[in-house]
Amino acid sequence: MRLLYFAWVKEKVGKASEDIVLPPEIATVGELIAWLKTRGPEFANAFAREEVIRAAIDHSHVRRDAHIGGAHEIAFFPPVTGG
Amino acid sequence: MIRVQQEDFDVGVEIAALKGSRTDIGAIVSFIGAVRDQMGAIEELTLEHYPGMTEAELAKIEQEAKARWPLQASLIVHRYGRLLPGDNIVLVLTASEHRDAAFEAARFLMDYLKTSAPFWKKESGKGGSRWVEAAARDDAARARWSRPKPAAE
Repeated sequence: MRLLYFAWVKEKVGKASEDIVLPPEIATVGELIAWLKTRGPEFANAFAREEVIRAAIDHSHVRRDAHIGGAHEIAFFPPVTGG
Repeated sequence: MIRVQQEDFDVGVEIAALKGSRTDIGAIVSFIGAVRDQMGAIEELTLEHYPGMTEAELAKIEQEAKARWPLQASLIVHRYGRLLPGDNIVLVLTASEHRDAAFEAARFLMDYLKTSAPFWKKESGKGGSRWVEAAARDDAARARWSRPKPAAE
């Protein structure tokens, strides 16, 4: 599975993307965030204000309870500010 | 039609292309968003986006506008990369037989785009650089377009 990070999430994590094999017990986006936060200080810092971070699975916005089974690409980013 | 590009756009050229040889269009509305210098505080704006999702979201938003209003044509062009004060950021064009649909659809497209298209602005100036925070007024602007709930019977 590929994880992508954008804007200040990317800067804090220190990378734009990574390919990763997730522990099988992680079923939802919310659980994935909780697990990511345990991966090191840069992840704990990037997801410290996790309530403001948005997620997308395979290019669609999703909520925390979205299931990640079958996902190819999961992205994390701050609220969007285009236009 | 949607386009995501680094290059600038020419509004006159885009409107002419939208109309083509059609003679049934009665109203065209254009909206252009540009970089403000905010009294000299902003020297540069960098727009990051999520290639793939950006196009998907913009196409979804355009489809939604077409489902809600009788549009004859529409165009969304959004730039990314490094921009300077005064530069164009976004163009929305809507064409319809009558002005109400064109005005409303253009506003709807911008309100939806601002809250769902995956772009992020980083401002740079004398005081350093910072990521722009999302504004609550943008969420409020989008909420305006929520379909009214069916009346209870």
